[in-house]
Amino acid sequence: MEKLTSQYQSSVFFDELIDDNGAPRSPAKQLLGYLDSLSEDELEKRRLTAEATIQEMGISFTVYTEEGNIDRAWPFDIVPRTIEASDWKVAEAGLKQRLKALNLFINDLYHDQNVIKDGIIPEHIIKDSKNFRPECVGVSPAYGVWAHICGTDLVRDEHGDFYVLEDNLRVPSGVSYMLENRAITKRVLPELFENESILPVNSYTSQLFDTLASLSPRDIENPEIVVMTPGIYNSAYFEHAFLAQQMGAELVEGSDLFVDNDDCVYMKTINGPERVDVIYRRIDDLFIDPEVFDSESVLGVAGLMRAWRSGNVALANAPGAGVADDKVVYAYVPDIIRYYLKEEPILKNVETFLCDDPEQRAYVLENLDKLVVKPANESGGYGMLVGPHSTKKEQAMFAELITKNPRNYIAQPTLKLSTAPTLISKGVLEPRHLDLRPFILQAKDTYVTTGGLTRVAMKKGSLVVNSSQGGGSKDTWIVETKGQ
Amino acid sequence: MLSRVAERLYWSARYLERVENTARLVSVYDDLMFDLPKDIEISWYNLIEIISGEETFEQRYKVKDERNVVKFLLADDTNSNSMLSSLKMVRENIRTTRDVVPKETWELINELDLYARQNIKLGINRSERHLFLNTIIEGCQKIIGLFAGTMSRDSGWHFLIMGRYLERADMGTRILDAAVSLMLQSEPEERIQLGQVTWSKVLKSQSAYLDYRRTVRSSINGAKATTFLMNDPCFPRSLDYCFGQIGESATKLPRAGVITAQVDKILEFDYPITSSEDLDEDFHNYLNELQIAIIEINHQITENWFHFRQGDAA
Repeated sequence: MEKLTSQYQSSVFFDELIDDNGAPRSPAKQLLGYLDSLSEDELEKRRLTAEATIQEMGISFTVYTEEGNIDRAWPFDIVPRTIEASDWKVAEAGLKQRLKALNLFINDLYHDQNVIKDGIIPEHIIKDSKNFRPECVGVSPAYGVWAHICGTDLVRDEHGDFYVLEDNLRVPSGVSYMLENRAITKRVLPELFENESILPVNSYTSQLFDTLASLSPRDIENPEIVVMTPGIYNSAYFEHAFLAQQMGAELVEGSDLFVDNDDCVYMKTINGPERVDVIYRRIDDLFIDPEVFDSESVLGVAGLMRAWRSGNVALANAPGAGVADDKVVYAYVPDIIRYYLKEEPILKNVETFLCDDPEQRAYVLENLDKLVVKPANESGGYGMLVGPHSTKKEQAMFAELITKNPRNYIAQPTLKLSTAPTLISKGVLEPRHLDLRPFILQAKDTYVTTGGLTRVAMKKGSLVVNSSQGGGSKDTWIVETKGQ
Repeated sequence: MLSRVAERLYWSARYLERVENTARLVSVYDDLMFDLPKDIEISWYNLIEIISGEETFEQRYKVKDERNVVKFLLADDTNSNSMLSSLKMVRENIRTTRDVVPKETWELINELDLYARQNIKLGINRSERHLFLNTIIEGCQKIIGLFAGTMSRDSGWHFLIMGRYLERADMGTRILDAAVSLMLQSEPEERIQLGQVTWSKVLKSQSAYLDYRRTVRSSINGAKATTFLMNDPCFPRSLDYCFGQIGESATKLPRAGVITAQVDKILEFDYPITSSEDLDEDFHNYLNELQIAIIEINHQITENWFHFRQGDAA
C-alpha cells in the first residue's frame, strides 16, 4: 500500500509539515508517521468522526444569504498544523510586545498625543480615521489598557518567517473555534495526544475570565461579568454563547441592560436589577450606545458611554480601541513599538504601501495587477482586490476608488502564504494556504493563546481563508521536540 | 437569572404544552366522532370554540367542516395557536436559551418540528391522523422527560414548571367547559347516552381514564369525572395538581407573594358537585372565573419577573 504522504506534492511555498525534500519537519514527524500508518478507509472513518462530532457539538457559524441566515456546520480539516515550540516562543514574545505598544499608543492618542507631536505619525492619519472616537478623549481605563482582547493574524512567508498581516482590536472572533478544533481532534486522533507533547490550549476561557475580572471597577470578590451579543442573527453568536457558558457569565443582549440615574449599569434579572461590573461586548462601537453613537441602534444600551466614562463599568474592548487596527496605522506599528518601548519589533510587518502618500500611490496604481489592495477599515476579507486574480475591469474600479479616497486604501505585495497538507478527498492530501490567528489578552497581565486558530483556504491556490468566504480550519499544535 | 431568559423558558414550556394539548384535543375528538350514535349531531366546530378561535377561523374559512377545523388547529400559520405555530415558537424560544437547557433539547425540538412539518398532511387527512398525533405527543413527552431527567432544579426549572402547568390548567378548564356546554345543549332524551361517551372521552383526552378507574372505582359520570379532573391531588393533569405545581415553583423564586396568594385562593375553594345536575350554568360561570384567574396569574408572572421598571434600581 502506498503511503498517504508519498504522493504529496509540496509547492514553492513554505510547507509547515513537509520540507522541500519531502521529509517531515521535526514537529510533524510523529503526526505524519501516524497518518501514514492508517489505511485510506481508516482515515476516512476519522474524517467522518470529525464531521459527526461537529454536528453533535452543534458547532456552527451563521452565513448571510439572500434566502436568510443559514447555520452552517464548521468546516474542519482533520490534519493538524504543527509548529515547533521554540518558534512559537518567539512569535509569542512578539505578540505581547506588539499589543503592549498598541495599548500605549491608543492611550496616548486619547490623552496627550505625544506620538503626533513627536512626528512619529502624521496628525491627519488619526484625524481622518473612521475609528478615532472623540467621545473617548480623556478617559483612563484600568491599567491604561484599551484593547484587552486582540486577534492578530499571522502568516509565514516562503522561508517560514512569521509576519503580522493585521491586528484586530475591535471584536475579534474565532477563539471558540480554536478550542473546539482541539476538542474534535482529541476525539479523532486520540492516540497522538498520548505519545506526543502537544501543548494544551484550554486555559483560554479562564484566562479571559481573569482578565475581565481584573477590570472590575468595584473591588469585590465576585464582580458581575457579562458577554454582550448583538443576538442570535450575528455570525459569531455561537461563540458568544460558548464563551459566556465557559466563563459562567450571563449572555446578555442590549435590552437586558439599562443605565440608571446613578450612571451604573444594571441587568434585568428575576431578582430585580443587578449591577454589572464588566461587559465583554461583542458589538461594534457605533452600536453600543444610542445616546452617543448611532441613535437608531437597538442593539446597545442608552447611557452606556456615560457609565463607562464615569468609571462605573468596564468595557472590553474599550470604545475607540479600533483606531489602532486601521490598516494605515498598521504601517506605522514598527515605529510605534520603537517609540514607546525603545525596542526593535520582534515580529515583522508585511511591506505596506500607503495610498495616502503620493509617491507610494503612484506605485500602487501602476502595479494593481501584482498587489493586494485593502480598504483601511474593513474586516472579514470584504472590499479587497487581489491583483493577480483580478480582471482589468476590477483594477480600473479600484484605481478610481483609490484616487477618490486615497487615505482609505493600502496595498501589499501578494503574499507567499505557507501551506499545509489538507485532506481534500478520500486518501488525497494536497497543500492548501493557511494563516494563524492567535489571541492576546492584556489587562494587569498579558497572555497569548498556545498557537491560535488556523484558517485554511480550501480552494486550490486560493488565499482567502475567511469562513464567510469558504475557508476552513485546522487544529494547531505547538509541539515540543525535546532538543532536536 | 436574566428576566429575558426566564421569560423565554416560561413560554417554551407553555408552547410545548400547547402543542401536546392541541394534538390530544384533535385526537380525542376524532375518537369521539367514531363512537357517537349516528343520530347525535356534534360539530367539529366545537373545537374552535374550545380554544376561543372563532374570530380568526371565520376570517380564514367559510365552511366549518372537519377538514378546515383540523387544518386550522394543526397547520394554519394565520392561527398563532396552531400546532405548527406553537412548535415554531418553542423552537425560537429554545434557540435563544440553549445555554440554560440540556443541550439535547435543541436537537429534539428540531427533530419534532421537522417531523411535524414534513408529515402535516397525515394530520389533516383522516387515515393516518392517529399515528401522526401520537408521534407528536411522544415527541413532546421526550422533551419533558429530558428536562425532568437532566435539569437542575434552579430558577430556570421553576419557570418551565409554571409555564407548563398554567398552560395545562388553561386547556383543562376549556375542555371541561366544552363538555359541560355540550351536555347542556343536548336534548334531555339523548343526555344519558351522550354523557357516557363524552365523559369517558374527556378523561381519555387527559390520559386520565385508567387513573380514574383505579382511584374513583365506580362507573363514569359527569359529576365524578369532573370532580376527579378538578380535585384529584395526585393526577398530574388535574386542576388542583396544576395550580399546586405553579404555587410550589413560585415559592422557590424571589418576591412570589402575589402569585402564591392567588394560587392559594383557588386551591382553598372546592366547587361543590354532588350530581350531574350541578354541572349547570353556575358551574360554567365558575369555570369562566378560573379562566380569568389563569389570565391573571400569567399577568402577575409577567409583571413580577419579566417586566421591568427602572425605578426598582439602586
